[in-house]
Amino acid sequence: MMTGVADDEDKWLAAGIAGLQQNAFYMHRAMDSNNLRDALKYSAQMLSELRTSKLSPHKYYELYMRAFDELRKLEMFFKEETRRGCSIVDLYELVQHAGNILPRLYLLCTVGSVYIKSKEAPAKDILKDLVEMCRGIQHPLRGLFLRSYLSQLSRDKLPDIGSEYEGDADTITDAVEFVIQNFTEMNKLWVRMQHQGPAREKEKREKERSELRDLVGKNLHVLSQIEGIDLDMYKDTVLPRVLEQVVNCKDEIAQYYLMDCIIQVFPDEYHLQTLEILLGAFPQLQASVDIKTVLSQLMERLASYAALSSEVLPEFLQVEAFSKLNSAIGKVIEAQPDMPVVGAVTLYSSLLKFSLHVHPDRLDYADQVLGSCVKQLSGKGKIEDSKATKQIVALLSAPLEKYNNVVTALKLPNYPRVMEYLDNETNKVMATVIIQSIMKNNTHISTADKVEALFELIKGLIKDLDDTLHDEVDEDDFKEEQCSVARLIQMLHNEDPEEMFKIICVVKKHILTGGPKRLSFTVPPLVFSSLKLVRQLQGQDENPFGDEESTSTKKIFQLLNQIVEALSSIPAPDLALRLYLQCAEAANDCDLEPVAYEFFTQAYIIYEEEISDSRAQVTAMHLIIGTLQRMHVFGVENRDTLTHKATGYSAKLLKKPDQCRAVYACSHLFWVDDQDNLKDGERVLLCLKRGLRIANAAQQMSNATRGSTGSVMLFVEILNKYIYFFEKGNPQITIASIQSLMELITSEMQSDSTTQDPAADAFFASTLRYIQFQKQKGGAISEKYGTIKVSDS
Amino acid sequence: MVLVLALGDLHIPHRAPDLPAKFKSMLVPGKIQHIICTGNLCIKEVHDYLKTLCPDLHITRGEYDEETRYPETKTLTIGQFKLGLCHGHQVIPWGDLDSLAMLQRQLDVDILVTGHTHQFTAYKHEGGVVINPGSATGAYSSITYDVNPSFVLMDIDGLRVVVYVYELIDGEVKVDKIDFKKTTTTTAH
Repeated sequence: MMTGVADDEDKWLAAGIAGLQQNAFYMHRAMDSNNLRDALKYSAQMLSELRTSKLSPHKYYELYMRAFDELRKLEMFFKEETRRGCSIVDLYELVQHAGNILPRLYLLCTVGSVYIKSKEAPAKDILKDLVEMCRGIQHPLRGLFLRSYLSQLSRDKLPDIGSEYEGDADTITDAVEFVIQNFTEMNKLWVRMQHQGPAREKEKREKERSELRDLVGKNLHVLSQIEGIDLDMYKDTVLPRVLEQVVNCKDEIAQYYLMDCIIQVFPDEYHLQTLEILLGAFPQLQASVDIKTVLSQLMERLASYAALSSEVLPEFLQVEAFSKLNSAIGKVIEAQPDMPVVGAVTLYSSLLKFSLHVHPDRLDYADQVLGSCVKQLSGKGKIEDSKATKQIVALLSAPLEKYNNVVTALKLPNYPRVMEYLDNETNKVMATVIIQSIMKNNTHISTADKVEALFELIKGLIKDLDDTLHDEVDEDDFKEEQCSVARLIQMLHNEDPEEMFKIICVVKKHILTGGPKRLSFTVPPLVFSSLKLVRQLQGQDENPFGDEESTSTKKIFQLLNQIVEALSSIPAPDLALRLYLQCAEAANDCDLEPVAYEFFTQAYIIYEEEISDSRAQVTAMHLIIGTLQRMHVFGVENRDTLTHKATGYSAKLLKKPDQCRAVYACSHLFWVDDQDNLKDGERVLLCLKRGLRIANAAQQMSNATRGSTGSVMLFVEILNKYIYFFEKGNPQITIASIQSLMELITSEMQSDSTTQDPAADAFFASTLRYIQFQKQKGGAISEKYGTIKVSDS
Repeated sequence: MVLVLALGDLHIPHRAPDLPAKFKSMLVPGKIQHIICTGNLCIKEVHDYLKTLCPDLHITRGEYDEETRYPETKTLTIGQFKLGLCHGHQVIPWGDLDSLAMLQRQLDVDILVTGHTHQFTAYKHEGGVVINPGSATGAYSSITYDVNPSFVLMDIDGLRVVVYVYELIDGEVKVDKIDFKKTTTTTAH
């Protein structure tokens, strides 16, 4: 069916063009022989083709353009006729004898154009006559094209100031009146199209109408070109008259298009000065008009205008542009109760951008916008429309982008209130945007109040906002989010210990609400932030402010205890053990023995009760022994308890080689280089001997289970420990004991039953090379090694 | 000539948000042939970042690494040099040169790279070289106070290795150069 109609249309157009061309041919012939009568006759017949009602606007336009070209030639001919002595006034009369009204009016306009140029009558009178006469065509399509023809012919013949057709004192008014009248009539015709034809073709009709919109809009363009229109005239006459037409036509398509047109064609300077009038029209438009797009466009233009030069800024203040826009938006939303949420949010988002660009120093404006937005959103619950959500994210991102500093956003009380309306997913996205902004701009958040405000903003990442199923959350996404929180915690910093302590307390309060899944991410950075503060304070007097309430290392350690303890809810024993040991060492550095002992005790309890994986136990023992070795704060009793436990744990590791290594590592707990009271040679030797026994047992076990003796690796390791303590001057380690250990290893290596281990061989060889080197180096060390025999095996 | 980047103890995100921007702008893909990392990255994101700088990446396990499959020690041969890698928390006393030298004998390597102390060090001794590249992020350490971010680039050329240390001091990158020559009489392979 549809193709049928299109095909028919093509046929009708072809027939129209053929008829037009045929008559044009005779018209040309008449013009060539200066036959005015025939020229008029054939031109009228030619123009009759435009009387068709069968064509769509698109096809009709094609036909019209051909006629238009022919009319240009006819106009030239009329001009020549007047030069040959034919009176223009007579000509103007003559063409009115054409039988049909449409050809008659086209001819009249064409002669009218020549008439104006001849200046035999004032332009305003002729234009007035023509624009009145055109009323004769009330068919929308034909009327629109006819008036478009009039508009085209007259645009360079308006009695504008400075134009050759300038008239008396009111000449501008005349020019404006003509254009506005033509515009008004065209708009009426255009709007009337909507109400013609069957209802089922509404969509097609709207499409056709939108193809014609530029014919109507052209008039506004002509208006904007009139030199004589100054701001007063625009304000008092032009804008009110145009708006009156726009509002009264009550047509959705026309209103949307024409408002946009007004904003585009007239200068921004005028918009600013007539803001009240212009904005006053918006609430009067039909409820279905897409106001948000047009109004956003206006705000964008004004913001760009302000950006052009700082000189125009006072104008913005003078006309109170911001408050006018703000109240207009409120009225529009009120007038359009069915406006979707996205509409309102888009408007506020545009207003916020306007405010940020035009009044960057007015944070109160930005907050007002957010506040108005909250008012619109209130009672609507979480927003589910994804477009609206996107707009809110844009709204909230604008201040971050503008100021590159999240601290600014923290000063806006309404900022978190807008965030409330985001669904949980988007809330998290926004929180991530905020954190990224902080990281990108390296923003330091330096007071507890700001940290509190910040955590309010990003609470979507800090804790579960509702009871939604957690399996829905992607594991990797969750991890990334929590890592970003961990990073953020390091940006919260103040050099002043008092304020820093407050910051830590705020962070602690918030992260402890995060639940087991988050704590393993958020606890470590907070622990290390706190340890940094401990270190900052440790050099100072215990109570630098002389006041009980002030920050002390003791208070921080109490806090640390609580923070690390929270990990037990996960549980995360490996992490907790490491952090307790870190705290213990920090307490050691502060000379707080009971605190250090308490942290060690906690670490031991975790080791005993919660770390059961054998590999995890080995690493834990490395860390326990390594830390304990560095502790100097303990008195004999405490130290004995802790070292005794450590050696006990070491000897109870699952695998013999692990046992052996941990036990010989414990030897370092009894001999510390820089502590004179910690040089217990005997107990060092006991550890090493115990290590040897375990190494022996390991070999036996290997013999029993695999049929061959295990590697000598452990023996070579212990040999190296012997050498270590020998060189350190431990009197219990003698040349003889080293020598006999070397011999033991050599004989083991030569035994047929020993498993070959190239790594152990290489280690032994490099150990022997080392002894050789020490022996030959000269000085005290060589003397010490004096009698040792190194056989190159 | 082979360039080897040695770094470790980044402790991201526990103790530092990221590598210093100045380091990031210096470390560009395509210049480095090998990366050796002593551990404590601590998250996969950092691993992935290092991989973008150079696909030949060797990592040993630090006590805070979320990836538990990194080995405790690793050895590799680059040119004429045998390199050993270990985080260092396993070597007690921590940072003790004599104990590290023992590990070096055990791994039988010319260059031993370890971390854990967050303190840049480079020692030459009869058995070869022991290097600690420090903490690339200047992370807090219980062992070292006032840690500056640092990393090491090793330029290995024949029997010679030039160790460049990059340290970020008060926002400025300072470079130091240490030259080592391998004498053929030491470690024989």
